[in-house]
Amino acid sequence: MIELREITKEYGKKDKIVAVDNVSLRVEKGEIYGIVGYSGAGKSTLLRFINALERPTKGSVHVDGIDLLSLSNKALRKARQSIGMIFQGFYLVASKTVYDNVAFALLAAGVSKKHIEEKVDHLLNVVDLADQKRKYPSQLSGGQKQRVSIARALANDPKVLLCDEATSALDPNTTKSILSLLRNINKKLGITIVIITHEMEVVKEICHRCAVMREGRVVESGTTFDIFSNPKDELTKTFIQNVLEFHLPDSLIDQVQGKLVKLMFLRDLATDSVVSDMLQRFKVKGNILHGKVEYIQETPLGVFIMDVSGEEAEVNQAISYLEKRVNSVEVINDGTHYQALA
Amino acid sequence: MMEHIIKLLPELNVAFFETLIMVGIALLFAVIIGLPLGVILFITDRGLFLENKWVKQVVGIIINLIRSVPFIILLVFLLPVTSLLLGTTIGPMAASVSLSVAAIPFYARIVESAAREIDKGVIEAAVAAGASPWMIIRHIVLPEAKPGLITGLTITAISLIGYSAMAGTIGGGGIGDLAIRYGYYRYDDTVMFTTVILLIVIVQLVQYMGDFIAKTVDKK
Ligand SMILES: Nc1ncnc2c1ncn2[C@@H]1O[C@H](COP(=O)(O)OP(=O)(O)O)[C@@H](O)[C@H]1O
Ligand SMILES: [Mg+2]
Repeated sequence: MIELREITKEYGKKDKIVAVDNVSLRVEKGEIYGIVGYSGAGKSTLLRFINALERPTKGSVHVDGIDLLSLSNKALRKARQSIGMIFQGFYLVASKTVYDNVAFALLAAGVSKKHIEEKVDHLLNVVDLADQKRKYPSQLSGGQKQRVSIARALANDPKVLLCDEATSALDPNTTKSILSLLRNINKKLGITIVIITHEMEVVKEICHRCAVMREGRVVESGTTFDIFSNPKDELTKTFIQNVLEFHLPDSLIDQVQGKLVKLMFLRDLATDSVVSDMLQRFKVKGNILHGKVEYIQETPLGVFIMDVSGEEAEVNQAISYLEKRVNSVEVINDGTHYQALA
Repeated sequence: MMEHIIKLLPELNVAFFETLIMVGIALLFAVIIGLPLGVILFITDRGLFLENKWVKQVVGIIINLIRSVPFIILLVFLLPVTSLLLGTTIGPMAASVSLSVAAIPFYARIVESAAREIDKGVIEAAVAAGASPWMIIRHIVLPEAKPGLITGLTITAISLIGYSAMAGTIGGGGIGDLAIRYGYYRYDDTVMFTTVILLIVIVQLVQYMGDFIAKTVDKK
């Protein structure tokens, strides 16, 4: 659906800033694709290529088979009507009502007055704002404003929806409801969605696949589950940690008697049986200090921290047993220096 | 004194309407020509949807040129043009030529700065929606800048009332002219006083109305 090929964007003449550095990206029809990175990584610039708000210095942009960079102004406007976009700052027209904000997108596409009315009412139903249609943006909450802007972006039945930090200005609950709205739009309308964000939570919630960006380059990409369960790049690991974070209180660490082991279970959660099997086979004590299960794209990813104590040989055997049964075992502390805990 | 003022009433009445015509015509041209020029200055700016360095510079230079000439000199300088256009340099219509020439660039700059107050993101969202330049001007730029455009028109009107006194002295008529003819040349304090009061009242009224309308249309 979307194909960016070897795209580079440079700003400035003398002190050149390379905002995007030779990036290639493919987003398939009907998927939700996330692009994560810290501020200044080049995410917005990359996103803005997809509707040609930004023109690359080098490279090509194809959306739904159309080479955007070769289009005339008029043809580009037409193409943009099938690529919706929403922003962190909502960008609603303050002097227009909710209704007129949405109607504008239809007016811009040359839809007749009669059809506009029907369509706007339908769109406001989709985003659950039918009762707010005569209000002005200043009378709405952040979440409601984003809903209006989603309705506006969907006005001309786009094939693609671009989201530039669409939930970054919202509180966690509102973020959840906006994300579930986006997920519904993707499922019911089959719209391909590209989301850029600095929050891994957002990716975890709704993205099928994602890419991690740093300094204008994509450092890692793959399915969201693979990225979460097996991150390769340091930056990716940092981002993941924010979601799969665990902090053991010092008082608890002081009580650790044996080895501190981190177990990771992917896809199925046979934790109980694995742990109890281990406890039966070996003369060790196992004490679970921390457990967390995240559902990534409805697939479970469990992380458990265990204190395995007993005679050293037994403990080592128990751990190698665990290594055979679970997806990943990491001895994060061998019992001598506890302060190195993440 | 009251008698004196009553005797003056017909002349005051004429002067009032002369001022109204002068200022009104100049305001009309400010809106018809100055508004589009201001919009052009805005949309041809860097990063905007009709970015065009050349147009922006040419329009900008012409506007600055006119604005840097003191009004009294512009007035004299334009006498031949006025005479060419209207066949006379006397009367409120003639005075409105130079007032219009002064009002157009003045208002254009105000329009430009009012438009710059609009969040660039709002315009970008419209570009992303595939709207044409005309659609964006009509449905986004003008409505969003409306309170500023009205406030700007108020400022222009009040400046024009002041300028119209100058234009009046070289044959334009109006309240200012009346004040100078009676008050300054004939030392008639009553007339001077009355006209000044009248001007103050008009200016206050214009300001009040302008503020009121600007506030009513502002949805922020
Ligand atoms: N119009 C511009 N002119 C100059 N530099 C820019 C411009 N837009 C973005 N940049 C620079 O490009 C880099 C990437 O910016 P951006 O794509 O906005 O990053 P992100 O969205 O990931 O925060 C930054 O260093 C930014 O300063
Ligand atoms: Mg950004």
